[in-house]
Amino acid sequence: MKERGGKDHAKLAERFNEDEPRVDWHDKTLWFVREKRDKAAWQIPEWEQLRERASHIKNTVLANLHDLLLQFESNAEQNGAIVHWAETAAEHNEIVRSIIARHGVNRIVKSKSMLTEECHLNEYLEKHEIEVTDTDLGERIVQLANEPPSHIVLPCIHWKKEEIGDLFHKHLGTPAGNSDPAFLTAAARQHLRDRFLTSRVAITGGNFAVADTGEVVVCTNEGNADLGVQLSDVHIVCMGIEKIIPSRDDLAIFLRLLARSATGQPITTYSSHFRRPRPGQEMHIVLVDNGRSTRLGSDDYRNALKCIRCAACFNTCPVYRRSGGHSYHTAISGPIGSILAPWGDMKKYADLPFASTLCGSCSNVCPVKINIHEQLYRWRQDLVKQGYAPTSKKIGMNAMQTVLSNPGIFRIGGWLGRKLLKRFPFMVNNRFNPWWWQRDMPEPPATSFREWFQKNRKQ
Amino acid sequence: MSSREKILAAVKKNQPRDPGAETPAVSQTVVADKKEKFKTVLTAIGGTVVEMNSTEKIAAYILNISTDAASIISTVPGLQLGNSISGADPHSLKNIDIAVLPGEFGVAENGAIWITDGAMGDRALPFICERLMLVIPENSLLGTMHDAYQRIGAAGYNFGTFIAGPSKTADIEQSLVLGAHGPKSLTVFLLGG
Repeated sequence: MKERGGKDHAKLAERFNEDEPRVDWHDKTLWFVREKRDKAAWQIPEWEQLRERASHIKNTVLANLHDLLLQFESNAEQNGAIVHWAETAAEHNEIVRSIIARHGVNRIVKSKSMLTEECHLNEYLEKHEIEVTDTDLGERIVQLANEPPSHIVLPCIHWKKEEIGDLFHKHLGTPAGNSDPAFLTAAARQHLRDRFLTSRVAITGGNFAVADTGEVVVCTNEGNADLGVQLSDVHIVCMGIEKIIPSRDDLAIFLRLLARSATGQPITTYSSHFRRPRPGQEMHIVLVDNGRSTRLGSDDYRNALKCIRCAACFNTCPVYRRSGGHSYHTAISGPIGSILAPWGDMKKYADLPFASTLCGSCSNVCPVKINIHEQLYRWRQDLVKQGYAPTSKKIGMNAMQTVLSNPGIFRIGGWLGRKLLKRFPFMVNNRFNPWWWQRDMPEPPATSFREWFQKNRKQ
Repeated sequence: MSSREKILAAVKKNQPRDPGAETPAVSQTVVADKKEKFKTVLTAIGGTVVEMNSTEKIAAYILNISTDAASIISTVPGLQLGNSISGADPHSLKNIDIAVLPGEFGVAENGAIWITDGAMGDRALPFICERLMLVIPENSLLGTMHDAYQRIGAAGYNFGTFIAGPSKTADIEQSLVLGAHGPKSLTVFLLGG
């Protein structure tokens, strides 16, 4: 068998589960967000039509991506933006670094961009002595703590306010023991306002890029993207090539779906349309492939490129809520991350498609109708075929195959299991059985269904 | 081959065939009472809605709550108040308390107001001020985002944004705090009459 990468979701989740009250709190907080999403969605009678339409638009985009990219590039250039193309994460990072270097600055502000997390831009720039300040409050918190975000919309959802109070005391000099969210937010506002006023380069992500007009739309609640961009000499947009949509009209569909799916808000506070740079400002748009163009050719996995990063699938997922984002050891965690990550590195992320109950709730809430749970199931099959399943799982699966394809063995096995479970329960209720660690084993039934049926069929 | 050519070639090779089917239609929601809906939604997301029938009354309202007329900027035609924007450096706006700007229209379903760079004085102004006030004609209210983009059409703005409420965050334990990085409050004047 091929050796698997070092990190494993199940092991990391086990560590997360050591603190049970905390897991309950994490679970409930995210379920609360899921409920807000439901309330918002149910207020729109045409919600399902919106999902259908959004899915259709995204399918159309993927089928016409070549022409749409060219159209976007040409319109963006006419608007005065400079368009760059990056085949890999490394090339993206180098493009961004060289733009910053050309302006001779060593500190920049960045609003939320999952693409830059995917490319590990911060680490790269810091290696080149450029200080990056993440300006989204949640992202700033995890950045100060030297951690990656654990959720793509709520980056520090795993942090308690008391811990944030301690963190701010250490880094921002707030009084020890003060953990009032309003107070801490005000402290962060002051600290970051200074960064906004002194940074000449601002990086943003892009939620949507409109081919028809060459504009980029960025959605935030905090106003950090806007403040960063409008106070800087250089605006760099970092986005994946799949973010293109054909026209402004399509924005109506996506803006109706995005915030309602993400947090249950009717719309984010700011939905900003960056079309032309400020007079005297430079605007760069970096279009990043990083595996997307090859994924486009896969009938099984292409669909994940429709994602608009709302995180509805995270909040609804029973496994995510109880294992925490860091257990996924990748920039985009949760169900969508579990189908995205293995495309880039099957070996490193072979564990992720197994971090699911396949209940399908993710697919049900997805605003662009990605078949997430079906892709999780497909990944499992492909990973096993490619030799990335752990040995213990393979032995189990082979044993299972023998038993299930042989009625005689199945019957004897069932009979033996029932007898043994009844007389010697300790044979399964022990630490060698991983199933027993977090669960009680069931009471063995007196007879099998087959025995019952044979006895009762005549009645 | 450049990265651009490589990416475009790979995309062309791998992109699937167009789904082709008819675009699924979305039924138009009719918002019965747009003003009522707009007020309810915007209030729920932390904004304040004030109905006024003249710009003079708006001016009086603002002067009444401001302690420093020098830190007010208005770009609303016919609303002479405080300062005008001097110079092109947006950093000079950092001490602005109240910015009063003319919005183009409001959207009832989500409480958002559309405003473009031409009306902002400076693009940084709606984000850097402490208190943002937007003036929109009451009869500019639209039902949904579909109506909004129909109205925007092919408008040639340089920068445009929907603003729905004050800047906010719930990043600390999901506790909602108004005033993240941008304005701490948003007042919308619905100008009737």
